[in-house]
Amino acid sequence: MSHAFYVTASYIAAFAVTFGLVGWVFIDHRNRHRELERLEAAGIRRRSARAEESR
Amino acid sequence: MSEPSLAIRKFSDLANPTRFLALVATVWPWLAGLTLCLFAVGLYLSFTTTGDYQQGETVRIMYVHVPAAWLSMMCYTVMALSALGTLVWRHPLADVSAKAAAPIGAGFTLVALITGSLWGKPMWGTWWVWDARLTSVFVLFLMYLGLIALNRAMDDPTRAAKVSAVLILVGFVNIPIIKFSVEWWNTLHQPASVVRMGGPTIDPEFLWPLLVMAIAFSMLFFTLHILAMRNEILRRRIAVLRRHAARSAGDAA
Repeated sequence: MSHAFYVTASYIAAFAVTFGLVGWVFIDHRNRHRELERLEAAGIRRRSARAEESR
Repeated sequence: MSEPSLAIRKFSDLANPTRFLALVATVWPWLAGLTLCLFAVGLYLSFTTTGDYQQGETVRIMYVHVPAAWLSMMCYTVMALSALGTLVWRHPLADVSAKAAAPIGAGFTLVALITGSLWGKPMWGTWWVWDARLTSVFVLFLMYLGLIALNRAMDDPTRAAKVSAVLILVGFVNIPIIKFSVEWWNTLHQPASVVRMGGPTIDPEFLWPLLVMAIAFSMLFFTLHILAMRNEILRRRIAVLRRHAARSAGDAA
């Protein structure tokens, strides 16, 4: 195999893992955000949020 | 009554997760932009510098392998400092920091292992040898996986935080072993050529792209880390809300 193969494979692996981490962070944030919205829609709120609302 | 201020005036203000979330919302787009710019410059330099007279084009693997390997150790060092924050100062965000950093550290260590193997085959004639440097980095990867599994396996977050913190600090002994393995033992892996007493021995032609890529990887780590910490804070808020909801439902029944 040529040197180009090893260089290309290394950069593909580095990009794949990096994009995997970036994807994990953003997908996780979207899911957590939606979950919080669902709970708030069901009337389940943090005490501090309820206090802010009553002010 | 006046609105509570979310401004961060001193370091201890970061102990407030709401303040921390406000800071992350402001800072992360700038950090992400800076990371992208650094990667653009770093990758341009990585592919426009000449190849090495001995290693040829494979020297370009160094520009991803070495920063990933450095970050694998830096990430664990951040986790060790966070573990101290959990055990000594009981900082509310210390455990969040350690837990959020583990998958990122595992990712960088995986990149270092894969790219090292892909560099080893054309240069050493083998994908892998069980020498001190390679084995100690592989142990670091297993430690990251173990810490991720431990955090997922334990239901009680306070207990999980303490057990993880102790394990992180015990495992920190591996970091100097990784760093000095190439000096303490006879390894196939080359000795340090950048971070060493007496200065770098690497030619500036290769040093500059390497440093720019190392800074880019570091910025990537800090960006991902604060975003992962934000997710962990939200996950804990959700858990608290669910417990409150379950308790309220129990009281009403």
